[in-house]
Amino acid sequence: MIELDRVSFWYHGQPDPVLADVSLSIGEGELVLVAGRTGSGKSTLLGTFNGLVPHFTGGHLEGTVSVEGVTTRERPPREFAHLVGVVGQDPLAGFVTDVVEDELAYGMEQLGLAPQVMRRRVEETLDLLGIAELRRRPLRTLSGGQQQRVAVGSVLTMHPKVLVLDEPTSALDPIAAEEVLATLARLVQDLGTTVVLAEHRMERVIPFADRMLYVPGDGSVTDGTPAAVLRSTPIAPPIVRLGRLAGWEPLPMSVRDARRKAGPLRDSLMPVAAEPAVEPGEPALSSSSVVVRYGPVVAVRGIDLDLRPGEVVAMMGRNGSGKSSLLWALQGSGPRQGGKVRAGGVDPAELPSAQARKVVGLVPQTASDLLYLESVAAECAAADAESGAGPGSCRGLLDRLAPGIDGGKHPRDLSEGQRLALVLAVQLSASPSIMLLDEPTRGLDYTAKAALAGMIGGMAAEGRAVVVATHDVEFVATVAARVVVMAEGEIVTDGPTAEVLGGSPAFATQVTKILGPGWLTVDDVAAALPQAVR
Amino acid sequence: MPASWFLPRDLHPAAWWVWALGLAVAAGRTTNPWLLLTICAVLCHVVIARRADAPWAMAFRMYAYLAAVIIGVRVFFRIVFGGAEGSTIILRLPEIPLPAWAAGIRLLGDVSAESVLGGLYDGLRLATMVLCLGAANALANPKRLLKAMPPALYEVGTAVIVALSVFPQLAESVQRVHRARKLRGGAKGRRFRALHAVIIPVLEDALDRSLQLASSMDSRGYGRAGVVRARARLLTGTLMITGLIGICVGVYATLDGSTPRFLATPFLIAGLVLGLIGFRTAGTRVRRSRYRPDRWHPAEFVTALSGVGVAVVLFATSSVDPTNLNPSLSTLSWPLLSWVPLVGVLLGVLPAFLTPPPALPFEAEPVPETEKVPA
Repeated sequence: MIELDRVSFWYHGQPDPVLADVSLSIGEGELVLVAGRTGSGKSTLLGTFNGLVPHFTGGHLEGTVSVEGVTTRERPPREFAHLVGVVGQDPLAGFVTDVVEDELAYGMEQLGLAPQVMRRRVEETLDLLGIAELRRRPLRTLSGGQQQRVAVGSVLTMHPKVLVLDEPTSALDPIAAEEVLATLARLVQDLGTTVVLAEHRMERVIPFADRMLYVPGDGSVTDGTPAAVLRSTPIAPPIVRLGRLAGWEPLPMSVRDARRKAGPLRDSLMPVAAEPAVEPGEPALSSSSVVVRYGPVVAVRGIDLDLRPGEVVAMMGRNGSGKSSLLWALQGSGPRQGGKVRAGGVDPAELPSAQARKVVGLVPQTASDLLYLESVAAECAAADAESGAGPGSCRGLLDRLAPGIDGGKHPRDLSEGQRLALVLAVQLSASPSIMLLDEPTRGLDYTAKAALAGMIGGMAAEGRAVVVATHDVEFVATVAARVVVMAEGEIVTDGPTAEVLGGSPAFATQVTKILGPGWLTVDDVAAALPQAVR
Repeated sequence: MPASWFLPRDLHPAAWWVWALGLAVAAGRTTNPWLLLTICAVLCHVVIARRADAPWAMAFRMYAYLAAVIIGVRVFFRIVFGGAEGSTIILRLPEIPLPAWAAGIRLLGDVSAESVLGGLYDGLRLATMVLCLGAANALANPKRLLKAMPPALYEVGTAVIVALSVFPQLAESVQRVHRARKLRGGAKGRRFRALHAVIIPVLEDALDRSLQLASSMDSRGYGRAGVVRARARLLTGTLMITGLIGICVGVYATLDGSTPRFLATPFLIAGLVLGLIGFRTAGTRVRRSRYRPDRWHPAEFVTALSGVGVAVVLFATSSVDPTNLNPSLSTLSWPLLSWVPLVGVLLGVLPAFLTPPPALPFEAEPVPETEKVPA
């Protein structure tokens, strides 16, 4: 179906190739998972399949890429529209029209299909993806998962032989991501479409992937079954890391497999003493009956929340449950219609914004909104000036959070994780005693998440209270001591992480699912292993 | 009449435009306030009866305000700048003497009933024409109109649709960045710096999005069959632009009685022919199809014909009985109204009864009761 024959690719002016001498062949009906760190060349590899690389991106490609015997050398990507369907990360950015039905038909209009054929395929696709009731809806009003399903549908109507998806779930919350992945699994099962899929959170895809391509970033590509490839990759989902730790052979790919092997391990684990909880002292921030509403919509419905110094609190709950609104209200920049917030003896909302950020810092969902200068050094200097901190203090913070970032680089050229570190450093330069992070894990790979967890731990060790709003259960299990679950603008649960995550199937981590409540992360398990096994 | 006639659906947008333009042309032929007010009443009635529950349909009110403002401004100007043509002085204001270089301009002074009436009639005519545009905008879905463009204009249509969907995104990202700005204590500092801090992230965002859109369109086959040789493109372009100029001149000459006649019909027809040839040559090369195109059913013809009918009746009566359409301002009297133009204008109300109601908006659940047919 797709054949890559000794393919090398590099951008002009870059010494190292992105892909070096890659040969592989993807057969009909396969589901192929492409994994690798951000910036390792996954997207480039996917882009070669329909000629977007190099026709659209520029750069130099050697070797041949052919789809169904047609090489991408002679034809532009648009001539591959009926063979390869491409779905990107942000569905909204790829939509051409504004209504679901028109969007599904757009590709077919370009192919010049007969009206009856188009009508029939649109109806079939609406049913196949379960979006029939959305047909007349404007695309902007759909939820993220619905938008991504429409994006999948809009290429499916062209009946492509291959479906290429570049991190289709990275901008979605977990429920929406499940929706999309379930749809893909169904396509593979029912239609036999070949699917090539890049995905950060691979634990969700591994169970039904036939094959895995690992892109380490040095230009090579490791090819094999998921179990074989994952044996040695530096990035791995918790289930695989647990399998490696316990020495299971073959490596389990699903919770079900792992659970069946877990008996002996579970028995050998020695319970460890629970870490002492943060002693209740004077709260760094206390709030009572906070209300946020936008017209008739109530976002936060009278919430009381106290944060103690040195405490890391995870805030969870589905999209639209009021997490962001609460964080913005606590920081003082967002609207707040009622209730009290006290941090360090003052209400941050009553301070001018330059003062408020010295009390409570907030990193918004799209962290890069805060960056506007041409280099990292300039951003740091501006941050020092804005915060009234001594020169070099922001740079010092940045070096502690993420060492070795070149000051002359443009912030846009940094990786997601590095950019987040820069924004954190900018906000920390005002030395707030409370730091709020709104969905910082979005789009981060395992390595970047581990680095972020380190940064958060460091902030807490300095005595700051940290709140992290996130959907990522595994991440919560590693960083947070306390979890607050929100729904419909109210707090549903508030308690220690082990209790909240262990006690519910919806929030259980993979390790909890395998070993039962009490065990949250692979590191917990490693610490509890008897010395001999370790 | 077949049962399917009144099933709710959106009428072809072009039908509404033909209808509204017909009424606008008719309004342009008369200053008789009775007729103009009748046209306004017809417009309002049809709009209220047949507009969909959509944002663009709500814009009709804005056009109504604009029309009122136009009338007010016209009358006000007549009062301020010389309103003494005529003998019936109704208001004596002190005239403000102007320096010699402003000779010919009069500020305030006597105001005559004739000139105020003239301003009122003129303003009413313009206001009615504006209201016609408003009606067309309220009734015709602008996006469907873009979709109904001839194949030759497909690219333009796509560009406009993309631009329309970009604006809300741009507004949203400006808002988001502005909010984020506060988190960096952005209130202080020089104005330019603050602007810089908002514009750079917004532009970056917009650029990212447009690149993503371009790559998405490319991989979805946009422009697949649209490669046309440069010479052919030049030919069609020249044909269409010449045609359009011809149409503009022709329309202007037709509407303005004082231009030489040879500029009117011959130019209009020549322009139309050239334009159509251009359209066809451009259209034949496009191998693209259209999903669920709007079609012209009898209801569309009724709508378009009723608009054209109004225009034709007023054209015909203006050559027979011009004084009735343009009431005299030299001798003050109540403007008269004769039957023929009145009935002609009332033709325009037919679409309110003879077209299907608009399709239900997307939120509405289909309920069985909605099956009743208007009488």
